[in-house]
Amino acid sequence: MVTTVTSYGRSGLSDWLVQRASAVILAVYSIFMVVYLLLNPLIDFAQWNSLFSGTSMRIFSLMALLSLGAHCWIGLWSVSTDYLKHFAVRFVFQMVIGLLMFIYTIWGVQLLWGL
Amino acid sequence: MLTVSIYRYHPELDEKPYMQDFQVDTGGKDIMVLDVLNLLKIQDRGLAYRRSCREGVCGSDGMNINGTNGLACITPLSSVVKNNKLVLRPLPALPVIRDLVIDMDQFYKQYEKIKPFLINDTPAPGIERLQSPEEREKLDGLYECILCACCSTACPSFWWNPDRFIGPAGLLQAYRFLADSRDTATEERLAGLDDPFSVFRCHGIMNCVTVCPKGLNPTKAIGHIRNMLMTRAT
Ligand code: SF4
Ligand code: SF4
Ligand code: FES
Repeated sequence: MVTTVTSYGRSGLSDWLVQRASAVILAVYSIFMVVYLLLNPLIDFAQWNSLFSGTSMRIFSLMALLSLGAHCWIGLWSVSTDYLKHFAVRFVFQMVIGLLMFIYTIWGVQLLWGL
Repeated sequence: MLTVSIYRYHPELDEKPYMQDFQVDTGGKDIMVLDVLNLLKIQDRGLAYRRSCREGVCGSDGMNINGTNGLACITPLSSVVKNNKLVLRPLPALPVIRDLVIDMDQFYKQYEKIKPFLINDTPAPGIERLQSPEEREKLDGLYECILCACCSTACPSFWWNPDRFIGPAGLLQAYRFLADSRDTATEERLAGLDDPFSVFRCHGIMNCVTVCPKGLNPTKAIGHIRNMLMTRAT
């Protein structure tokens, strides 16, 4: 058993599952967006605005946003443990990524709810 | 004449490793890479490499042959040589002791971690622990591993984390004991593998499957372990 305190879920299995599930959510969200834009090529601000004011769309977007944060964190954490061999460098990198993900998530919530 | 370029390194004499070229007369025959090494050994008595069985059974002559890991003794020249040139290097990722001889310590440490022996604390039966033919069949494709390290040293995940990722060879054996009907330590074994490195550093690159000289499939075994971990957790 290799112990790590900086991984996302502490267990390899939960990280792996979160990574797979978030990938599916992000894929569905991306496909939805592309299809929506293709079906509405001449979309204007009012329509765009009404799309994002529906509760289901907000839930869907928030889900995609949280997935993005978790997915990035697990992925980049993995990359950092592969390639950054110096403890201090790796730690700083992980903290910066963690902080960025936190900021983006809060910021995204603000945008979604138009706060 | 075949041109053979070999990785040379003698830590007491050389400052740095270097590649040395030799010309070898193969007599136009399609011999094995190990035969070429034996011919070279006549030219240069100091050349170091491991070999024992010379028939793909002992696993001691794993090396990097024209860029791909394999066993020298069962690799015919015709399957690897292009433009009449043969390039031999030690297996990647592990420290070199001398020339083609590597230090397998890290590889064995990972093997040791998975407890490569049957664990069963129930009272031993009079003669032996029996298995049905079906139970025995589950070990096919697992027990044949000769621990040559061709797979683990071809795996990028093992290159980057040889101390934390068990590697394909060790994981194939981990599953060999998980799948054994006579072993009762399934829970402990799984508990020891459920961290982000031991199993989950495998990204399914499948280099291990490509190079295994025994035609085994560590990626599949890793998939089985992952499924067992999943069943255990949900
Ligand atoms: S799985 Fe194949 S390549 Fe890996 S150590 Fe065993 S025999 Fe060698
Ligand atoms: S499939 Fe997994 S174990 Fe095999 S080479 Fe790829 S990462 Fe390594
Ligand atoms: S010498 Fe034994 S496997 Fe090649």
